[in-house]
Amino acid sequence: MRIILYILQKEFIQVFRDKTMLPIIFVIPIFQLLILSYTATFEIKNVNLAVVDHDKSVMSSKIISKFSGSAFFNFKGNATTYDEAVLSLKRSEIDQILVIEQNFEKNLRSGQSPHIQIATNAINGSAASLMSAYASSIIADFNREIIVDENPTANVGLPINAQPTFWYNPELNYITYMVPGILVLLVTVIGMFLSGMNLVKEKEMGTIEQINVTPIKKYQFITGKLVPFWIIANVDLAIGLLIAYFVFSIPVVGSLPLLFGVSSVYLVAVLSLGLLVSTMTNTMQQSMFISWFLLVIFIMMSGLFTPVESMPQWAQNINYINPVAYFIKINRMIMLKGSGFADFHKEFYMLLVYAVSVLSFAIMRYRKRV
Amino acid sequence: MSVSVHINSIEKKFEKVEALKKLSLNIEEGELFGFIGPDGSGKTTLFRLITSLLIPDGGNIKVGELDSETDFREIRKITGYMPGRFSLYHDLSVEENLNFYASIFNTTLKKNYHLIKDVYEQIEPFKKRKAGALSGGMKQKLALSCALIHKPELLILDEPTTGVDAVSRKEFWELLKKMQKTGITILVSTPYMDEASLCDRVALMQKGSLLALDSPENIVKKYDGDLWQLSSSNMHTIIADLSEVGSGIKNIFRFGEKVHITSNGLNLEEVKSVITEELKSKGHNNIIVEAAKPQIEDCFLDLMEEN
Repeated sequence: MRIILYILQKEFIQVFRDKTMLPIIFVIPIFQLLILSYTATFEIKNVNLAVVDHDKSVMSSKIISKFSGSAFFNFKGNATTYDEAVLSLKRSEIDQILVIEQNFEKNLRSGQSPHIQIATNAINGSAASLMSAYASSIIADFNREIIVDENPTANVGLPINAQPTFWYNPELNYITYMVPGILVLLVTVIGMFLSGMNLVKEKEMGTIEQINVTPIKKYQFITGKLVPFWIIANVDLAIGLLIAYFVFSIPVVGSLPLLFGVSSVYLVAVLSLGLLVSTMTNTMQQSMFISWFLLVIFIMMSGLFTPVESMPQWAQNINYINPVAYFIKINRMIMLKGSGFADFHKEFYMLLVYAVSVLSFAIMRYRKRV
Repeated sequence: MSVSVHINSIEKKFEKVEALKKLSLNIEEGELFGFIGPDGSGKTTLFRLITSLLIPDGGNIKVGELDSETDFREIRKITGYMPGRFSLYHDLSVEENLNFYASIFNTTLKKNYHLIKDVYEQIEPFKKRKAGALSGGMKQKLALSCALIHKPELLILDEPTTGVDAVSRKEFWELLKKMQKTGITILVSTPYMDEASLCDRVALMQKGSLLALDSPENIVKKYDGDLWQLSSSNMHTIIADLSEVGSGIKNIFRFGEKVHITSNGLNLEEVKSVITEELKSKGHNNIIVEAAKPQIEDCFLDLMEEN
């Protein structure tokens, strides 16, 4: 035990003496959280819209003003021809074209259905369907208004009236959804890279040779390498939670000790994975690339940006060995829903098994030989 | 306290390279034993085998009664190892490095200060300096201090004087001699042949085998070739010019300010006439040829040439 303390002391001296690493450890996560939370959003705002109005009537200008009045659309002006508008679409100056046919008002008045064309840039499919849905709902709204205007006594209510209510995130605020996930992301990146680089650095500097001829036991050395970064990553998580509370007004609905309990187990898993990588590599470059590769896969598959449930079955199966996915799920549950241990005990036990097995494997894999 | 080291037909291969070929030798308790040999002769591999960092492909090594493969934990407690490459923490100070290594051997700098006093005194004024900022000689003294802090019975130093200036080298060897008097077995490797004469016994290694194993005096005594020493007005080109002499001249190598040559069955007069004639034709003046007393380097170069 005393020996572990001496190794810890040495590691902390080294971490806090490194004037380049220190800001990386504490400042970069804060920036990540502040920046990513705002940018990683799938809400569609600022759709650039061009209108080709062939009718130029009172009705057509009414419908255009509906669009330009909406918060979603940026009205980018009129195009005289459809081709001209398509050219702008090609240049990515606009995202959507609204075409109003000639005789729009006349047809409307005479009871024939007039046509409106909506063309959307669908390179990003999900964004395109959202844009198109917004546009359609504006037009549907407009339709109803016309009917009411023309025939005030008509019943325009739909037969079934659905009343949606939104739980846990009533304002459907995307940041609320993202912040718990990004918190997980940043402690993962910090934990995995720090632990992955540290052991391999001793190999590169040659210091491991001197350590290996001492009677230090494997578990003592690995523990000494793990605990400092475990503490640092938990401190990073605490800083992140404070930012979530004070900057994004996202309190932790559930139990804080429970959250740190889970994160402590989770970090053992991630740090051990980093250590495992560094026991198998010989240079920081190799370690960096393998850690980065694992992280990208874990993060992309974790459900941080896209729901896991909509991934193909094989991808969902891979997530069984993805610690990031478990912790993002648990963290969202605790932070947003206030879930208790019983609600995610399966995920927690998976993390526990993960942590114990990767740690033992890392200790086994570390050899006190050349 | 000191231990003996017994190496029994040890073999080690790295892929296809045979680093050590059935090497056997015994090192007595309290001996200052030198391994001399060019780079790649297997010195570092042998040391790594003794410290149990490597596992042999054949044979075994005993440190006292301990086997390097099975009792490596015990061996590590009584061994001080200084790797060829500076392996202490660059970002820790001199003092922090020492304290760290003392503590992982369950001791303290204070308690064992007397063991390293001679070495440590010389770097103590810089104890707050980071190890990475020390000069080569000081780094070696720090590494030696760290290797000694736990009162080892066996001290293994892998090329401790490589890359160290001549004055520091001399100091370092004086320290080793002092160390030896405290009754510790010391194994030291070096590529510098002149350091061989400072050891009790030396092993000359080449390509994983022993060429010679004896005390430096005996190695010199066994030298049986004819050795001549010569100088001229133009020492810059002398080796190139001599290489064309041919007949009867075996080896030519620089030795300090002179050049040493060995010959086969020629007496001084014959050598003189052959050399003088050749060198004169190449524009050399003041040519002096005389018989030389063999030094340990001459013996090693001769042995290495034979193999």
